[in-house]
Amino acid sequence: MKKKWKHPSIIPGFGLSLGYTISYLSLLVLIPLAVLILNATSLTWEQFWQIVTAERVVASYKLSFLTSFIAAAINTVFGVIIAWVLVRYRFPGKRIIDGLVDLPFALPTAVAGIALTAVYAPNGWIGQYLEELGLKVAFTSVGVTTALIFIGIPFVIRTVQPVLQDLDLQMEEAAASLGASRFVTFWRIIFPQLLPATVTGFTLALARAVGEYGSVVFISGNMPMKTEIAPLLIMTKLEQFDYEGATAIATVMLLLSFIILFVTNLLQWWSRRIYRME
Amino acid sequence: MSHTNQSQRATHPTAWLMIALSLVFLGLFLIVPLIAVFSEALKGGVGAFLSAIDEPETMAAIRLTLLVAVIAVPLNAIFGVAAAWVIAKYQFRGKNLLLTLIDLPLAVSPVISGFLFVLLFGSQGLLGPWLAEHDLKIIFAVPGIVLATVFVTFPYVARELIPAMQSLGNDEEEAAISLGANGWQTFYRVTLPNIKWGLLYGVILCNARAMGEFGAVSVVSGHIRGLTNTIPLQVEILYNEYNFVAAFSVATLLAILAIVTLIVKSIMEWKAERQTIEQEPDMIVRAYETGGSIHGH
Repeated sequence: MKKKWKHPSIIPGFGLSLGYTISYLSLLVLIPLAVLILNATSLTWEQFWQIVTAERVVASYKLSFLTSFIAAAINTVFGVIIAWVLVRYRFPGKRIIDGLVDLPFALPTAVAGIALTAVYAPNGWIGQYLEELGLKVAFTSVGVTTALIFIGIPFVIRTVQPVLQDLDLQMEEAAASLGASRFVTFWRIIFPQLLPATVTGFTLALARAVGEYGSVVFISGNMPMKTEIAPLLIMTKLEQFDYEGATAIATVMLLLSFIILFVTNLLQWWSRRIYRME
Repeated sequence: MSHTNQSQRATHPTAWLMIALSLVFLGLFLIVPLIAVFSEALKGGVGAFLSAIDEPETMAAIRLTLLVAVIAVPLNAIFGVAAAWVIAKYQFRGKNLLLTLIDLPLAVSPVISGFLFVLLFGSQGLLGPWLAEHDLKIIFAVPGIVLATVFVTFPYVARELIPAMQSLGNDEEEAAISLGANGWQTFYRVTLPNIKWGLLYGVILCNARAMGEFGAVSVVSGHIRGLTNTIPLQVEILYNEYNFVAAFSVATLLAILAIVTLIVKSIMEWKAERQTIEQEPDMIVRAYETGGSIHGH
């Protein structure tokens, strides 16, 4: 009956490293997450439903998901273009641009938040010109989207870039020599190979944006029903010591994040299959 | 990350259009805001900038941030090495589950991450009464900030090391063991030199995230001035008091940290590229020919 669950290896330290990894992971991640779920189950279903379907809560979910989706979509389009530019072309300053792409990973979200607000406020460097055009960015949902674009920039670029680098140029050359136009070559030969990485980048950016707090709170203006994102609402509930409310909203957000991750894996599997079938 | 073999000098108009689009996008969303941090900080001159940083509360925030990073980063670095070792060196069932669990904190909103520790250790929390009885304070105190920071920066070192160690394979370690080295010697003399750049970047990135974490720390800190305020929280307080020059001045510390992180990353990638070029097959052939070891260099 006893199935071997580990291949034999002469390298020592399996027990120690696995034991340490699992203990540390359990203590710092799994137990705290379990406590949240445990707390959620102490609410009755009616209580839970009442909290998460309150008008203000639903508005915050809608805002969080809509702005995150738009930001991730914009990042996907520009992410593929930028990855393409960084891999295929040589131009002055390319190394600096390549390095700068990771700025949103390294720059603290609070700093990004106040900087974006300063730039896109009605009297800011860019905000004043947009204001003349009738577009208000700071303190509107456009501002929320702007912050979420900032934090999501690296994801699509960094997932697509390595795939593009390893792409076999011979297939493109073959397509071109058989008379395919540049566009057809991209659409039929290159794009299908980039699709899994693009999808991964999109969902990573989406998952990151949905939970984002620091960069958004400064630029959003935090008006209930209008520019209040879900993580901010959890914060508000905490400040009022309404732990039940915070637990319920947090549980829904966690479930949605996990669903996004699950769908990512499904989409990747699906796009790999489609690609292989072609 | 730039291999030059595929790239060509941009000549076609479409190429220039794509480059222009990229630069405008990155300019609007990355470069202009980054410049704005420094420009806003220096609005009142260098004197105002320096005196904003030399405030006792800001200095206390800097000390606290350093303390938190000094505890949180080594913890996650040791974990990262252990996790990468177990995942890269062995084949066992449940490995994919373990990988998913390590990435889990990245899918959790920072606000929820902080909230988890309030539920565990807060006055109304699971262990709250016991902590109060023993006169221990975790939430609204330094231990809570450390815990929240560890949670949020949990996967960074592991995520850098796992692919690096997987691509290196097991051959060198197996050779060392069969030649009589023990586990620690093998790790210290064979594995560590191979992964040092990946480890360094993981640590630097983890450090930048640890020093800059805002949402999670904001939940557990309680914002007690001079006591539980980290640098990002100090930025928020100054900003909400409409003390913009001071807020941006303190923010420049974090912006400089971010820029240094990116520079180290670029150097690391450049070194790693050179290392792979040096270790291409002809190098191994040469090692065999001279009877020497690949690691003598």
